[in-house]
Amino acid sequence: MADEPLIYARGLVKRFSRKGAEPFTAVDGIDLDVAAGEAFGFLGPNGAGKSSTMRMIGCVSRPTEGELRILGMDPIRDGARIRSRLGVCPQLDNLDPDLTVRENLTTYARYFGLSREVGRRRAAELLEFVQLADRAEGKVDPLSGGMKRRLTIARALVNEPDLVLLDEPTTGLDPQARHLVWERLYQLKQRGATLVLTTHYMDEAEQLCDRLVVMDGGRIVAEGSPRSLIGQYATAEVVELRFADEVDYSAKLEGIGRLDPLPDRLLLYADDGDGAVSEVHRRGLSPSSVLVRRSTLEDVFLHLTGRTLVD
Amino acid sequence: MVTASIAANIAARVEPSRVAAVVARNVGALRSGPAYWVVLVSGFFEPLLYLLSIGVGVGALVGDLTVDGQTMSYAQFVAPAMLAVSAMSGALAETTYNFFFKLKYMKTFEAVLATPVRPMEVAVGELLWSVVRGGLYTVIFLGIMVAFGLATPLGALAALPAAMLVGLSFGALGMAVSTLMRGWQDFDLLTTGQFALFLFSGTFSPVQNYPAGVEILIQLTPLYHAVELVRGLAIGVIGPGLLVNVAYLLAMVAASLWFASRRLERLLLE
Repeated sequence: MADEPLIYARGLVKRFSRKGAEPFTAVDGIDLDVAAGEAFGFLGPNGAGKSSTMRMIGCVSRPTEGELRILGMDPIRDGARIRSRLGVCPQLDNLDPDLTVRENLTTYARYFGLSREVGRRRAAELLEFVQLADRAEGKVDPLSGGMKRRLTIARALVNEPDLVLLDEPTTGLDPQARHLVWERLYQLKQRGATLVLTTHYMDEAEQLCDRLVVMDGGRIVAEGSPRSLIGQYATAEVVELRFADEVDYSAKLEGIGRLDPLPDRLLLYADDGDGAVSEVHRRGLSPSSVLVRRSTLEDVFLHLTGRTLVD
Repeated sequence: MVTASIAANIAARVEPSRVAAVVARNVGALRSGPAYWVVLVSGFFEPLLYLLSIGVGVGALVGDLTVDGQTMSYAQFVAPAMLAVSAMSGALAETTYNFFFKLKYMKTFEAVLATPVRPMEVAVGELLWSVVRGGLYTVIFLGIMVAFGLATPLGALAALPAAMLVGLSFGALGMAVSTLMRGWQDFDLLTTGQFALFLFSGTFSPVQNYPAGVEILIQLTPLYHAVELVRGLAIGVIGPGLLVNVAYLLAMVAASLWFASRRLERLLLE
């Protein structure tokens, strides 16, 4: 039992059949192992199958094919038992506008069979944790997007879950609100919580995930820690070159490093960015702008799929 | 038989503490502000107004009436029917408008089903809440009937559980229908259907007054059974026919609940 991963999936498939149309395969045979205490991420663009996978893990969607075990149990037979130990933060906030901020937590606690007493205590602690204690008696609607998201995260923690599922926890938030959410999630991670999150932001994946899979078209296309994925699929540095004219300079840049021509710029992968820039100039080219930066998961994704993450 | 087996099936899939949690959510919403109370109060007055205008007003023109060998004033005849209508519309308003809004727009049940609570527990909890609302209407309405001399206290006491059953069965039916609603436009159909039942279910005249074909058609519809049951107990005309009414309404509860929870599963657990 101790060795059993919290999430175990083999050949997991989710297919949606629609009236009068070809069935749509959202998840196309993926394998997963997530151990206790890990922060695990699904990175991919919209439509990659991340949310469908999360719903299957959350035991609110039946796998079409394959094997899935959550907390060592079968999601179909033991769905309610598994869900009692999960915390779920859905992509779209579904907080209850008829209730106050505090009641959103206490009411949710009762769905888990917690006593009023325990519910009240946890609500108070969690409101402190997500910095909403001063809004406790107010309604949900006037809260900002970031506050609502923090409340949804607090709600996901009310049953002290063994596994926390976060579907795009910071999508749609402004940078300041994102950082506040990240801080709380990082703290959770420090306390030993197991986090599983989806994101299409590479900085989010880099900050929060110990390990991640890159998904595209319902499949896992790469797996590893953020650093190891960058090491494996990109170089240490990337040079971004822009040219004023629309001439294709690919041939002239040959041999310096791997090239990725994008509509508005050229990416040049090199372990020594400054060295590569000198070589570009030595060849007599004069780009209108040059930027040397560390490579990111975005570059990994681009390399694996030929497309950018956020379009 | 079928009802009993469905009922057993439902009971096996329900954990009382989770049902209580679903009900508690609605109690919380009730405390939250005046909006809910406005809906609650306005729903009560319609049958009361009909009782006064038609039962008392038109009743003065109609004179006394003899049903099953018992003579009564027209208002006494109409009042139990309005009681049944009140219980029906109280429960129905809850499981149609409010339930649909929670299902489709507030995504309340999506959040609930991510917890250990299961679709049948949502359905039963929401239904019980609608019975609370229907029951509130019933109790007040019975008080008015007794105060106006339209029912004896004993008759009112006998009619109370019957009216509660009416609320339960229509609450369940409404919930089942709500899971099929595509949008608010469908509610116009519901309102029309509800109004047709309201007019023809033996509410304002004995169904025997209609041609035989129509009479049989009416006897197949639910409000007829609700009115017969409530009226029989309120005016003290008790016969084996009431058992048929009870069986009809119980079957409606079981079948509707089963259907509603299946639909919730299809809609939310894809």
